[in-house]
Formats: sequence, structure tokens, C-alpha cells
Amino acid sequence: MIRGVKGGLLAAVSLAFAGCAATGSDAKSAGDEPTAPAAKPVKFDKDPYPSTYKPYPGRPTAVRGVTIFDGEGGRIDNGTVLLAGGKVEAVGGADTPVPEGADIVDGTGKYVTPGVIDIHSHLGDYPSPSVDAHSDGNEATSPTTPEVWSEHSVWPQDPGFSRALANGGVTSLQILPGSANLMGGRSITLKNVPSRTVQGMKFPGAPYGLKMACGENPKRVYGAKGRMPSTRMGNFAVNRATWQKAAAYKKKMDDGKVVDRDLAMETLAGVLAGEILVHNHCYRADEMALVIDMSKEFGYKVSTFHHAVEAYKIADILAKENICSAMWADWWGFKMEAYDSVNENIPLVYKAGACTIVHSDDANQIQRLNQEAAKALKAGRRMGMQISDEQAWTWLSWNPAKALGIGEKTGSLKPGKMADVVLWNGNPFSAYTRPEKVWIDGALMFDAMDPKRRPVSDFELGHPGEGDVK
Amino acid sequence: MVAALALTTPAAAQDVAIVNAKLVIGDGSAPVEGGSVVIRGGKVVAAGAGVAVPAGIERVDAQGRYVTPGIVAAFSRVGLVEVDAVTGTNDRGAARSRFSAGLDIAPALNPMGSPVAVNRASGVTRAIVAPSASSNLFAGQGAVVDLADDMDMVTRPRALQFVAFGEDGSAKAGGSRAATFLLFREQLLAARSYARNPATLAEWGNDAMIQRADAEALVRVIDGKTPLFVRVDRAADILNVIKLKGEFPALKLVLVGVTEGWLVAREVAAAKVPVLVSPLSDLPDSFERLGATQSNAGRLKAAGVDISVGVFDDDDAHKMGYATQYAGNLVGLAKLPGASGLSWDQAFASISSAPARAVGMEGSIGSLRPGRVGDVVIWDDDPLELGSRPTAVWIDGKAQSLTTRQDRLRDRYATPGEGALPKAYDR
Repeated sequence: MIRGVKGGLLAAVSLAFAGCAATGSDAKSAGDEPTAPAAKPVKFDKDPYPSTYKPYPGRPTAVRGVTIFDGEGGRIDNGTVLLAGGKVEAVGGADTPVPEGADIVDGTGKYVTPGVIDIHSHLGDYPSPSVDAHSDGNEATSPTTPEVWSEHSVWPQDPGFSRALANGGVTSLQILPGSANLMGGRSITLKNVPSRTVQGMKFPGAPYGLKMACGENPKRVYGAKGRMPSTRMGNFAVNRATWQKAAAYKKKMDDGKVVDRDLAMETLAGVLAGEILVHNHCYRADEMALVIDMSKEFGYKVSTFHHAVEAYKIADILAKENICSAMWADWWGFKMEAYDSVNENIPLVYKAGACTIVHSDDANQIQRLNQEAAKALKAGRRMGMQISDEQAWTWLSWNPAKALGIGEKTGSLKPGKMADVVLWNGNPFSAYTRPEKVWIDGALMFDAMDPKRRPVSDFELGHPGEGDVK
Repeated sequence: MVAALALTTPAAAQDVAIVNAKLVIGDGSAPVEGGSVVIRGGKVVAAGAGVAVPAGIERVDAQGRYVTPGIVAAFSRVGLVEVDAVTGTNDRGAARSRFSAGLDIAPALNPMGSPVAVNRASGVTRAIVAPSASSNLFAGQGAVVDLADDMDMVTRPRALQFVAFGEDGSAKAGGSRAATFLLFREQLLAARSYARNPATLAEWGNDAMIQRADAEALVRVIDGKTPLFVRVDRAADILNVIKLKGEFPALKLVLVGVTEGWLVAREVAAAKVPVLVSPLSDLPDSFERLGATQSNAGRLKAAGVDISVGVFDDDDAHKMGYATQYAGNLVGLAKLPGASGLSWDQAFASISSAPARAVGMEGSIGSLRPGRVGDVVIWDDDPLELGSRPTAVWIDGKAQSLTTRQDRLRDRYATPGEGALPKAYDR
């Protein structure tokens, strides 16, 4: 509610008063910025497009007799999961008490997991149908565009959202700008519920992300335009110059000085303040190491390297720096920086003790992230790594939740967390298994056994296959 | 070791019997426990339960594991591409060539490219390889290839002609489907005129619709000597393509893509046209694929269409191994109310004998029936399950290396960090 009121204001005066007072007594600062006693430094509204998402109604539900992967690496056989009030109420064995009146689901032979979280999606920004009129994922007009926000491109009617829900058990996902730019703009984390507005999908309280991109894409896109950057060294030069500018902007704000509102700098200052998380598209090991140095040079932290095809080459460094790697199981060969892919990348990073995530970047693979994890898991086991199914599930929910800054709320089946839950009709690491039911905040949003629990987007209405199983 | 990778000389064809197998023939029949397959002179001579193993030949005990024919990739670019975005290594299309149908991919194939080894290590032993349409509707002549560790990839050159209809063809033909169908007819008719009287080509001069080499390739299409693989997705386009057989009765049509095929499944079945589908495409990612559903393959099969499962619209040069995953998904789909999938036996046939049949080679590849090539795979688990891999592969009866460049990288970095010497010394 408060957010709704605030959202109507262009700039809200807020916590800056303390800083203002301090600066006012600073002679040097006063000398730099004389006069204008009325010009109080302001902090701009950090949430002008606030989430209006509300959980849909659910019923107290107990899934019994089921194999549970709790998302944090735990497993319970013949277990019970109890959902109530939109939250995970209890997770335990067969003796877990089930309250009177709760719906009972027989989970015999089936599996329950936390909902899958895709940390790398372009659904809505590159929706289906992928016609030019829908191409809203890359503001490829300048190598740095931290001022753009992916949520302003999301088309909530993208049929891809429901496919990710129904076939992939995806309950939350991060929508990133594309990788044409070094700094592509802000990302947004969504709950995977149909909505008329993107605000109705926004994950409440999720921090923003900044999409950055290494390597071939920015230098190709801007090199082709005959402008900087056209090389990897150009990539770094533009990045560093921009970070330098951002650091100066932030210092001015921190010092309580009046600054002209600069949407690009606002985003980068948010990164430097640790409020906005960096998601860096970066394939090559050597480039990731350079980015780590750059982040230290300017005082920010990389949350996650995305498309980290060569993470296995520096898994020790990534573990030491506490940086996540978001990876595909086996994509390779489409460009030079994807040439050194190995099927064991994901398990090798996991065994090195680094944060390991399976991501899609794809409207099709987002429907089968469990299968991608399964392929990587098998490859790891073949190499002699002992990784259990329940440990591997951390790649699909808990680790991405932490990397997105929503790990306190979702990503594992712990009492009190959002009831974002999938019931699979078999082991989710089998090709023969599909989601049977998906709850989001305890509301049953998909049921394979009930055609009425299957969302149909506006776009699909009246077209061939409307409401089909897909 | 690097030398071994690069300079491996092809092993001689072995006579070998693989025994104690969970044997999959690949023709749609159920797996046979305790089965054997006998390969002599590079060919299957017997396969099944109770097969007598000739004395004195090598016996390999499969220890009850799945033994199958090698996967036949139904539609791919393996051998044509090393790195998609590196132009010099990418021979899938020829956008600036003055030729089209006459292009023959055989000399573009690179048997030493790493995708050959990677796909082989995922159990693919044969592939239907087609060029991409680029400057013209007609992409050129594809081949059937083997993925053996030797220098000769071609099993059958000029095994197919590929043509793009739908939105892709429309863009190449001048902007509409009307232009596509007219251009298609005119080029075929020009080819026929050329065949009847080669002098006409000179008479047409600069106004010729067609180059000589293209005309010769298209004559083989008109005569049904070269199967015509047609990329088409929209239900209405599918029907119009089938109607072309009325004008050119000898055409051997094979439909590729066919995303909305289920909407016209009865008509496709009646036309007895084989169909290659990419079964997990379920997004309306263009207006000619609004009806996309993963039930497409199952519904076509139920209507009596001969379907093969491929991976196009995906990474069609590097990841032929997705065929097994996709086939496995169709088995899982069969359990869902309202959905249509395939039985396990049908699903395996859709990636082995069915693509062989589509390209007219059922008699020589794609199954373990006697007389077929000795392409055999022993798997570590159910081949349609996620991440299952071959433990042994024979192609034409020759045991194959399953080591890839990726394996070498994996092994180098099995332990992170540098040792006494840099990683570059570790091989």
C-alpha cells in the first residue's frame, strides 16, 4: 500500500536528511556547492514501479508418501509436505501431523521439490511469437545502458511463461536484458504467475540486478557499428570509464551533494552500494578473472557469472571469491567463447565448492531445467563424483534463489518460506517425468490432471491449440 | 595423445558378436533380454534371442546392458559446422553463391571436426545432413553420412534435395507464399525443359531461371531419384506442399518441421509422406507455428504418419545427441492425460529406422536387422534416459574411439589450480 503511494512520486525525499546535515557542516563541500539552501540532496524513489503481486488463494494441502528434495540438499523418503497460508508449514516424515480439513495428495511414487528458479530468462522481453515487433531485449544503441529496465519490456502475455510453469515447474525467474551491451540494464525477478501487468508478477522485495556482458557480443555489436568497443580491451576500457563515472556520482550523493538525476548512474551507484546485484554474462575463464579484478578496482561484487562455460577451469577461484556460476549442461560450439564447453562443467564447479546454478537463457530449455541438471549430474557421476539427486537439486532452486537475493523467502522447503512447490510424477531427473502439480505461494497454479488449472494467455485465445496440453 | 586423436587410422572391420544384451533392433519391436548381435564383414548377419555365435569370432559381453543400432540423426548439419559464428568453419549455407539446388555438400564435410566425435560419443553413428537454404528456396543436395573416426564421411552423396517453404521460403522467393509456389514450379519446369532439350538453357541466356547444375539436380528431384525434403510448418502450407505431388507425381516428398502437422494429420497420413519432427517445440514462436505442441509427434503417429524425431530448430550441428532425450520425453508425455506421446519402442524407432526409411535407406542403415551396416552401440543405461552414454560404438563393424576434445579438457581441469607446471603441460 505504502509502495503504491510512493510510486506516484517522481522523487521521494527519504533517508538523505542525515547525510545532508552532515554535509552542510563540511566547509569543503559547501565550497564546491555554494548557495541554494533550499536544494536539499534527495534520494530518488528506488521502487517507482512497485510490485502489486499478491498470492492467490490456496488451501491447506498435505502431500504424503512422497520423496522430498528440500532444495538445500536434504532428502526425505516417504515424506509429508504441508502447505498452509501460502507458506511451507511443515516438512517431515510419514508421522508429520496433518490438520483436519487439509487436502490430501497421495504422493506415492512421486517427488516433491521446491519450484525451479531460472536465473537467466528473456521471457516477455523476447516473447513468442518472436517477431520484430516483439524484439525488446537489447537496447543495442549504446554499449552501456544501465538506465534501461527489463521490466519495461516484459509482455506478460508471453505464452512462454505458462510453458515454463507447466513443463518446467518454474515458479520464479529473472528476466535479464540481452547481451548486446556491456551494461545491458536492470533485470527483474518475477513470480511465474499470469498477470495483466508486469507489476502483478514482480517478486515482492527482490533486489534489482544489473546485466553485464563480457566478450564477443558487445565487441561484435559495436565493432560492426564502427565504434568502441570493438575489442575485448575496448570492452574493459568502456566498462572502467563508466564505473569511474559511477563511483564519482555515488561519492557526490554520499557526500550529500545535489546531483542531477541520472538514471544510468543511479543503477550503477546502486550496484556500488551493494543494493543491486551484478549478473555478468561471461564465458571464458580468463575474462571472468579480469572481471573479478575490475569489480575489486571499483568496489562492487559479482553475484553470478552467466553462461560460465569455462567456469570449470577456474572453479577454485570462483569458490574463493564466492561467486556463483550459472551454466548450461551441454551447449557448445555456437561461438568461439563456447568452444571449450565440457559436459562436466556443472559438477566440477559444484565439487570445487563453488555456487552452482543451471540456467536456461532459452524459452525451450526453461521448460526442462531439471533435465539439464540430470545430464550434468550423470556426467559428474561417470567421472567418479559422488553427487546425490538431492544435492543436485540445489542447482535448480536454492542456489539461484540465493544469487537473486531471495533465498530468505523461497528456493527451499523450509517452514515459513513461500510455498513454491512442484509435485513431479516420478523422479524429476528422468526424461519420463513431468510436473503434475505446481503451487506458487501455496496456490495451485498448474495441475496436469485438471485442464482448468492451465493458464492460456490472451495471445493464445482463439488460435489453434488454445488450451491444449502443449 | 593429441597425435592419437588426430592421426588415428581407421580400425579394420572386425567380426564381432555382442552377447548378453538387452537388444533393441530399432524397428519398433520391443527390446529382447539376453539377445545377441553378430557382425561380419562390417554388416549385421544376425540379431535377436538365441542367435548362434560363430566359433572363433570376438565376443563382447554386454552384461545385460542396452545394445542398439546407432542413432540416425534425422536432420542435421554435422560435419558442415565447427563453430557457428566463425564463418570460415561454417559451410551450412552459401548465401552469395549463384547456385542453389546444384550445390552438393559432400566436399564441405569435415570428418575431423570435433562435432563428429562429440556426436559419435553420444551414440549417433549416421546422420542425414542437409544444407541451409540461403539465397534461394533450394538449399542444395544433402548427404547421408557416417560419424566414424576416419576420413570418409559420405555414406550416400546427393541423398536429398532441401527446399524451404513457409515464412523462410517466402522471404527467399520474394516476399509471399504465392511467390514461393510459383518460383518452385517455374524452376522445376525450367529444369524439365532443360532435360528435354539442353539447348534451351543457352536460348534463355541471361533470362534463365536456373543454372545448368541446378537444373540437373532438380531433374533428379522431378524424377523421384532424389527425395525432396521440404521445410514446412503451417497446416495450410503442409496441405499445399502435398498437393504438389499432383503436378509432379514422381516427387518423393519428405516433410521437415511440420509443427502444425497434427491439425492435418489425416491428410498427411493419406499422402503417405514421411515426416521429420522436432517434437519438443511447443511455443507459438512464429505465426506459422501457432499450433505448436509436444503432442504433435504422438498425434501424427496415431494418425498413421511415419515420423522421425530430429533436433532441428536447435543446435543441429553440435547436439545430435538431443535426439535420445527428445525421444525419451515423448515416452513420458504418453502418461499425461490429454497428451499424445510414443511407446518406448516407437520412440527408439523414430531415431533409428524411421529416419533411415525417410531417406530411402531402410535396407542398409538404422536397425540391426540382417544385412544392415554394423553400427552398434552399447549404452551404460536406458538410451532414452537423460545423460545415458555409449560405452562402446561400432560403425561399419569397426570399433570407434569415444574420446573427444571435451574429454581432454575435462581431464586437464579435473583438479582446479596449477600444479608444479602450468596446465599447458598436462596432457
